[in-house]
Amino acid sequence: MALGSRHLLGLENVSATDIAVLLDTAESLVEVSRREVKKLPTLRGKTVVNLFVENSTRTRTSFEIAAKRLSADAVNISTSASSMTKGETLEDTARNLAAMAPDCIVVRHPASGAARFLAGVVDCSIINAGDGSHEHPTQALLDLLTIRQRMNPPGGGGGRDWKDLVVTIVGDILHSRVARSNLYGLRTLGAKIRLCGPPTLLPEEFRSFGAELYYDVGEAVKGADVIMMLRIQHERQMGNFFPSLNEYSRYYCLTADVVAKASPDVIILHPGPLNRGIEIASEVADGPYSVIMSQVANGVALRMAVLYQLIVPGADGIRGSEVSRTAVTAADTRAQAEGGDEVRTALRPAAPR
Amino acid sequence: MATTTGTATSRNTQGAPGSVLIRGGRLIDPSAGRDGFFDVLVENGRVAAVGEPGTLDPAQLAMPGIAGAAPVIDAAGLVVAPGFVDMHVHLREPGFEYKETIETGARAAVAGGVTSVACMANTDPVNDNAAVTLYILEKARKAGYANVFPIGAVSVGLAGERMAEFGEMVEAGIVAVSDDGMPVVDSALMRRALEYARMFKLPVIVHEEDPGLCCGAVMHEGRVSVRLGLKGMPSAGEAVMVARDIELLRISGGRLHIAHISCAEAVDMVRRAKSEGLDITAEAAPHHFMLDETAVEAYNTNAKMKPPLRSAADVEAVRKGLADGTIDAIATDHAPHHRDEKACEFDKAAFGIVGLETMLPLSLELVRRGYIDLSRMVDAMSTQPARVLGIGRGTLEVGAPADIVIFDPEREWTLRADGMATKSRNTPFDGWNLVGKAIRTLVGGIVVWEDEQ
Repeated sequence: MALGSRHLLGLENVSATDIAVLLDTAESLVEVSRREVKKLPTLRGKTVVNLFVENSTRTRTSFEIAAKRLSADAVNISTSASSMTKGETLEDTARNLAAMAPDCIVVRHPASGAARFLAGVVDCSIINAGDGSHEHPTQALLDLLTIRQRMNPPGGGGGRDWKDLVVTIVGDILHSRVARSNLYGLRTLGAKIRLCGPPTLLPEEFRSFGAELYYDVGEAVKGADVIMMLRIQHERQMGNFFPSLNEYSRYYCLTADVVAKASPDVIILHPGPLNRGIEIASEVADGPYSVIMSQVANGVALRMAVLYQLIVPGADGIRGSEVSRTAVTAADTRAQAEGGDEVRTALRPAAPR
Repeated sequence: MATTTGTATSRNTQGAPGSVLIRGGRLIDPSAGRDGFFDVLVENGRVAAVGEPGTLDPAQLAMPGIAGAAPVIDAAGLVVAPGFVDMHVHLREPGFEYKETIETGARAAVAGGVTSVACMANTDPVNDNAAVTLYILEKARKAGYANVFPIGAVSVGLAGERMAEFGEMVEAGIVAVSDDGMPVVDSALMRRALEYARMFKLPVIVHEEDPGLCCGAVMHEGRVSVRLGLKGMPSAGEAVMVARDIELLRISGGRLHIAHISCAEAVDMVRRAKSEGLDITAEAAPHHFMLDETAVEAYNTNAKMKPPLRSAADVEAVRKGLADGTIDAIATDHAPHHRDEKACEFDKAAFGIVGLETMLPLSLELVRRGYIDLSRMVDAMSTQPARVLGIGRGTLEVGAPADIVIFDPEREWTLRADGMATKSRNTPFDGWNLVGKAIRTLVGGIVVWEDEQ
């Protein structure tokens, strides 16, 4: 997503201001999920297509719920159901979908660059829900939201700056779109980033992205404020990236002993699904430092925020806080006129930090 | 046939070649050590005389039986050179006529000033036998544009297992052998091919790619591939194969030609092998000295090829290799693909780009940037590739076939992919402002390409 874009394709070129607007919007929407009636009329009459050309339960469900809580009509197309298996090209699939005039296509695809390709083919907004090893911006944004909530808990007491934060990302960095999007987002916000994994999965080139590289997980988490674990794919054994899951786990599993080396108030994130006992020990995943369930909860609010910012007329992409805030207000007014009294409160962004 | 930039006319529609006097141009013929103002007289499809300006009188020199003066081509302000020889093209016929045919490819050649092409064997069926070789030659004759020299396969079906019948194909007209598109993985087969090809003095042209290191990869391995999340081919994937083949050449005594060399390590190895006196030659493609890995950013499938666009340091090494003669020839690896094979996910897109019509302006860029002079450029585009293939062209000595390009090194134009003579549109240079263009192209003394101006 470049400035003013109607798409969210990645975080590489998204400014700190834009990230703040998205997180603020999401924060204001978190409350909606706690209500008895979890629905806003904001996207009534809008259509969101979830095009998932790669398996995903969590992300697809999260987008579907997000769209429905904003009253959009959500349609899910997964690999088995779509005609992609019948040899139709991605371009044709996209054009056919576009002909049905959706307002937004959320795409998950195994090929890096697929979301960007779609954005060049269709007229509606494209949200990248993970493209190959490239980017997964909504995952990174929900991770940032989760981190920010802990840095600055409601009611005060925190008040830490991103620049004081040490974030360690552990696992298959080479193939991880989650790592790349987080790397870009955290870099933009000014956090200190450490990447950790075996040299086979951690190319030297990542240094030039502003990260420190570690091969020893104990060293990597020393004094860290945030530990982000990545899911290891067992298929990587076949490429000889490591000898076995057993040996991978011996060196890179996040155990309580490893966590003890981090900052005393460390938080632990994982994008899921978990490989318990392989990259993360159960006692850590379920322990007091884990914020994994908050990530999932935040995922819905964050995706509502992204859908809102991209689809609502007048919001016109994510141009920066001033423009977007004006847009939010305009939308509030419209929604209110349509009888959505509660929207006004819900969509007001949090106070600037 | 008219394109947006000029007109190509088949030799077959023009009758026997008459006499032509090319007057007033700067003749660059490295094979004869000539670079200066000379007139060239062409008769019966061959160079009849080369002389100081104004010394060749077409009326007096006209052959008995030919009435009147020879037609005159005014080449004032232009360069006259032996027609370019592109020793590495894919004409796609037989089998992939939806990408290119021998006719459209040979026409694209003359539009780019290329009078001879050597076409790779990865057609369907593969050119691994005399029947396919003869089919290609017949199609080329019927087209009547550039000369087409087929390259035979090293292995039957390009399968990398059994050696193809070199002798039968040589008798039919091949000028080299290559499994291009695929590496020859089996070292023993590679050794035997080098040895056996000595019988026919054939160069063995190699596409250097280690299958393990490059499996599933779609671009150069480096900062850009890491950023884009695309699987990379390391330079080592090319370099280890070049190293292997140099060692095999040492024991085989054959002739080794490295196709589309792209990385600094490989250039260094070829330089050392040459200094040791081994019979090794190499070619580089314009895209490998004009573009680097950053062209892939934005997932541009027209920047996807094998070998991949590499780092800026590799581009510099290729330029220097061309300058010092380590790399003998410039060859395009002209690889037409249908739009649908490029308008897709980067991972799925076909490898390769078209190159015949952009070869001259991109090579001239090396002259403008001071890496080589015009004479060396013509040497690399005409003399050297003709020498490697042993086809008796790339020269304008008296008696040589009158394959001539007359080009304007200063002519500015904008490339429009839709206006190209090739059947495909897969070029990363669409919309580029280019400098340098073929104004007239003669094959066997007949004008087959005329620029619109």
